[in-house]
Amino acid sequence: MNIASFAPLAVVLPILGAALAFLLIRHTRAQRTVSIAVLSLTLLLECWLLASVWEGGTAAVSIGGWLPPFGIVMVVDQFSSLMLVVSSVVSLAVLIYASGQGMADGDSDAPVSIFHPTYLILVAGVSNAFLAGDLFNLYVGFEILLTASYVLMTLGGTGPRIRAGVTYVVVSVVSSVLFLLAIAMIYGATGTINMADLAIKLAGLDEGTRNLLHVLLLVAFGIKAAVFPLSFWLPDSYPTAPAPVTAVFAGLLTKVGVYAIVRTETLLFPGDSFNTPLMVAALLTMVVGILGALAQSDIKRLLSFTLVSHIGYMVFGLAMSSVAGLGAAVFYVAHHITIQTSLFLVTGLIERRAGSSSVDRIAGLAKLSPLLAVLFFVPAMNLAGIPPFSGFLGKLGLLQAGVALGTPLAYALVAGGVLTSLLTLLAIARVWNRAFWRKPEDAEHPDPVLLAAPVAAGPGDRAGQRVILLPRTMVGSTLGLVLFGVALTVFAGPLFGLADQSAQEMLNRSSYIQAVLGDEAPVPAIAQPVPAEGKK
Amino acid sequence: MSVNLTLLTVMGALYACGIYLLLERSLTRVLLGLMLLTNATNLLILTTGGYAGLAPFFNKDTAAGDYNDPLPQALILTSIVISFAVTAFMLGMIYRTWVLARQDEIQDDAEDRRVAETPSFDAEDDAEIPVETSEFPLVARSGPDDEAGTDDEDTVQAGARRIPAADAAAEEQPGSRNTSPDQEGGSK
Repeated sequence: MNIASFAPLAVVLPILGAALAFLLIRHTRAQRTVSIAVLSLTLLLECWLLASVWEGGTAAVSIGGWLPPFGIVMVVDQFSSLMLVVSSVVSLAVLIYASGQGMADGDSDAPVSIFHPTYLILVAGVSNAFLAGDLFNLYVGFEILLTASYVLMTLGGTGPRIRAGVTYVVVSVVSSVLFLLAIAMIYGATGTINMADLAIKLAGLDEGTRNLLHVLLLVAFGIKAAVFPLSFWLPDSYPTAPAPVTAVFAGLLTKVGVYAIVRTETLLFPGDSFNTPLMVAALLTMVVGILGALAQSDIKRLLSFTLVSHIGYMVFGLAMSSVAGLGAAVFYVAHHITIQTSLFLVTGLIERRAGSSSVDRIAGLAKLSPLLAVLFFVPAMNLAGIPPFSGFLGKLGLLQAGVALGTPLAYALVAGGVLTSLLTLLAIARVWNRAFWRKPEDAEHPDPVLLAAPVAAGPGDRAGQRVILLPRTMVGSTLGLVLFGVALTVFAGPLFGLADQSAQEMLNRSSYIQAVLGDEAPVPAIAQPVPAEGKK
Repeated sequence: MSVNLTLLTVMGALYACGIYLLLERSLTRVLLGLMLLTNATNLLILTTGGYAGLAPFFNKDTAAGDYNDPLPQALILTSIVISFAVTAFMLGMIYRTWVLARQDEIQDDAEDRRVAETPSFDAEDDAEIPVETSEFPLVARSGPDDEAGTDDEDTVQAGARRIPAADAAAEEQPGSRNTSPDQEGGSK
């Protein structure tokens, strides 16, 4: 029995769940139960997939029995199954958080009944993108998750959200058009869109055509992943969405772009012809992103900039095209999905408790809510890369790989990585000092509520309606995700092993190609008809 | 073996117009630009399927060069459906912008503008003489008032402390500089 036969369930289950949740649109409690149950079931399935792929190696399934390279293929390898598990853990935590928020606010705040089906469709799109074995299916996965994200981004249809949503939708559609353009050209050049088949056939193209296709794909995915010159849209659009939505976007959507870049670089266009531009882009992404973060006073915007900045680390690891670098990048992706999402969830809680997410207004939170302080502190230090957290381990792996490579550019990136890490610490420490440690009366624009005598977090009164400031479900799911982030540190050894193993398989390519096309498929050597020029 | 020049020219024109429209600030034009771009891409996919006038694929005995590749048409179908959905959504958003703001233009991000206008001087980090916040001040203060710098400003009583009158006045305004200008007050 082929374990991959169950892989399509990771896409089908959330879609069925979305349909069911849509039917239950008038019964919010049943809708919540259905969504959470479906997502938990998907998570269990994906854990099983990860476990069996870890032992049994890459597996592929042809949908409907249409054999590759003609039919639709779904491939589970170690990288994609790891991404599936991490993304499902994160999206489950965010779903519980959002349900808690809906319950605490009595459903009057946002159309939560729309939220659940849309959210499940987003998860289905993410899973589809991770599992896709051909480029067009990857495109469809992207479109599923993007269309769901348009709805989530503009949930409630208020002025700022519509303004942010317009930017987001236009930029996303342009990147999708570019991706589709690249698919059309690749199909015109090779006559196939199956990725394993392309890995063989792209090697036979002449270098100019291949570089053109390569650049088109990289630009399209670079917009989605928010790599520096193409990252301007992200801090503009993410912060206005509801807290759980921003959290899941920050964690997952850019990482799907990174995943697509990894596949492009390892499977479709192996070799080091584009490593130099990628490394320069990674350096600029890291440094420019974090400098932007330092200028912000709103925590959500600050975190959006750190998100852009840390994408640079992943691109750096990928651009080294060595097992150590790629393995560290895989580990870093898993770490960053978890940490960035938990930070956004905590920021949502801070907004609830303190009434604002601007560090000019909030202060004294450590005294007001010590639990919130701990919840913020742990992932924040993790993001900044303080030992012994997983952020430190991931960055250490990247820096070691960079030093092992030993080119001047790699050393520049190592220096840039350390600098970015320090500046992240500075940005996060400023938030910590202002929001948590200083006295409320020292704030630039103090919040009258915070100035009042501290009261225990309990039922508050907002606009005549009783509101629970820190509902247990929201705190619980945030705590769960923070603990998962800590678990990534504790189990960093096996996880790094898995990441290195998956990097090895991705660079080797034979297991992927043979899983899709059969055991006798030829695995081409890394195609370099003309040696890459100018590689220092 | 000839490429259909008409299709290529039309495609180029669609791309050019689409990109031009996309760069406008008016949302309706942006939407039209996106529609042109997606349709140009659909034409590009169509040209990868083979030359115009070839037979459809219905008989397995047809030689490979004699029929049109059906796969690009399936791809186009999918991409038409997707662009239809996105267009409908964009129309909804444009209508909503019109309802909310009575204008059909992309608006600036208020917070972005605020950050851009913020001076690089930061009172907390860059003040020359930091206010002593420890409980055991090293230097004994001369004046009875420990609020440095607020003496020469108008202040009002707000709760337990005095805040500058300008800030208090701003709190009362609908377009307060402390809160974001949306109807939700920026705090959710």
